[in-house]
Amino acid sequence: MTDVASDVIAIIAKKKRVDKPNVELTDRLEDLGLESLDAVEMIFDIEEKFDISIPYNANTNNPRTEFDTVGDVVTAIEKLVAEKKS
Amino acid sequence: VSDVNRVVVTGLGAVTPLGLTTDIYWANLKRGVSGIGPIEGIPDAAQLSQKVAAEVKGFEPLKHFEERALSTLDRVSQFAVVAAREAIANAGLVIDMPLSLRTAAIVGTGAGGQGTLDDNYRRLYVEHKTRVFPLTIPKLMANAAASQVSMRCGLRGPAFVVASACASATHAIGLSFHMVRSGMVDCAVTGGSEACVTFGTVRGWEAMRVMAPDACRPFSIGRAGLILGEGAAMMVLEPLERARARGANILGEVVGFGMTADAADLTAPDVGGMSRAMEGALADAQLSAQDIQYINAHGTGTAANDVTETEALHGVFGAHAGKLAVSSTKSMVGHALGAAGALEMVATVMSVHDNVAPPTIGYLGPDPACDLDYVPNEARGMPITAALSNSFAFGGLNAVLAVKKFS
Repeated sequence: MTDVASDVIAIIAKKKRVDKPNVELTDRLEDLGLESLDAVEMIFDIEEKFDISIPYNANTNNPRTEFDTVGDVVTAIEKLVAEKKS
Repeated sequence: VSDVNRVVVTGLGAVTPLGLTTDIYWANLKRGVSGIGPIEGIPDAAQLSQKVAAEVKGFEPLKHFEERALSTLDRVSQFAVVAAREAIANAGLVIDMPLSLRTAAIVGTGAGGQGTLDDNYRRLYVEHKTRVFPLTIPKLMANAAASQVSMRCGLRGPAFVVASACASATHAIGLSFHMVRSGMVDCAVTGGSEACVTFGTVRGWEAMRVMAPDACRPFSIGRAGLILGEGAAMMVLEPLERARARGANILGEVVGFGMTADAADLTAPDVGGMSRAMEGALADAQLSAQDIQYINAHGTGTAANDVTETEALHGVFGAHAGKLAVSSTKSMVGHALGAAGALEMVATVMSVHDNVAPPTIGYLGPDPACDLDYVPNEARGMPITAALSNSFAFGGLNAVLAVKKFS
């Protein structure tokens, strides 16, 4: 697992509302019981952690339809982090 | 209801992104003018992601106050005092003894002296100065707007600020209505004020990710959130008997007030809380759902509010919901937080007075989940005998006022 993946998983794990010991890349976001404010807080945590900017409007973006699994989020963040480095 | 308990509106005042008096504000609401534009009042606006807001433009403090007074008057208090003076003048009211002792000054404010807070924090944390301005505390205290209205208009009865975020002004007007109706006071000067288009506040709203980048399109397909606004509106409430005795021009009658709490989510709106507040206002007014023609909606333009408010309207009004004209004037003046309910109450009183429903501008087309008549883009002349003004705040605090044409 990449560093980005383990950091993103740690951030999501803090916000999950289901009783599940480990968050895995294959977990579906909706199965973790995340709510809309959780998304806003997680995006902030991720932005702060990686010093990136994630465009997100709670009215027009729906993380549960744009990202299915934790792995999808990790892939998107890895892309933003790579863009920032280049 | 006996005449003793009837409460009428005899004066209005407004400082808004659409104009600095009630007449201009109302004329521009009817014309469907947008008060939203590039942020001008924040020195570091270029650093912000959010580029637009509904700011009060052309407001010159020195036209209204002596220079020495400005060290104690945050913009939020300036707006409140100017709107209160206009409302009192508009009512033709002379505040003399003993009326002064029996007049309330109740102002809704959600955020308070944000400009003063920003300015002084900048001195401390950015400029590393060791001192702040001497009157910083009384200038930014949450109750400042009510205190300044009381002092500068000579009102010596109950005076305080009501804070319930985006419902503050509606709660303030509702409490004033109760005080006048019960005979506790002879008159109330009430409304709300906010001056929250500051660097820190805009950053705070950016962080919530609920603001639209360009326009506020309540109930419309393609809506992308709220636009921050600012301003003040104040009104004079009096018992009907007193207004009649002095030959006042009666603009409308406040007939009901409902308030509830969701006791649920901090930010997500709740159909139950909204519905109970509207039902409470109708019951207090002894009106049935069929008596209402116009709703000035909370209508923030967020995905969640507009769907939830529509659902609540269906629940409360049943088949009659389809006959209502429902509009959100936030499409024109943005969301002035603690002042919003007062700006909207002025619009509601004038709607009932003039038989005109102001429009929801920026409306691009129907959202299947928002299926009522939102008076899209153009004002509508129509008979209006009674209306509701809705305010639903973060924190799950709801307040609704009912207004009736005076006859």
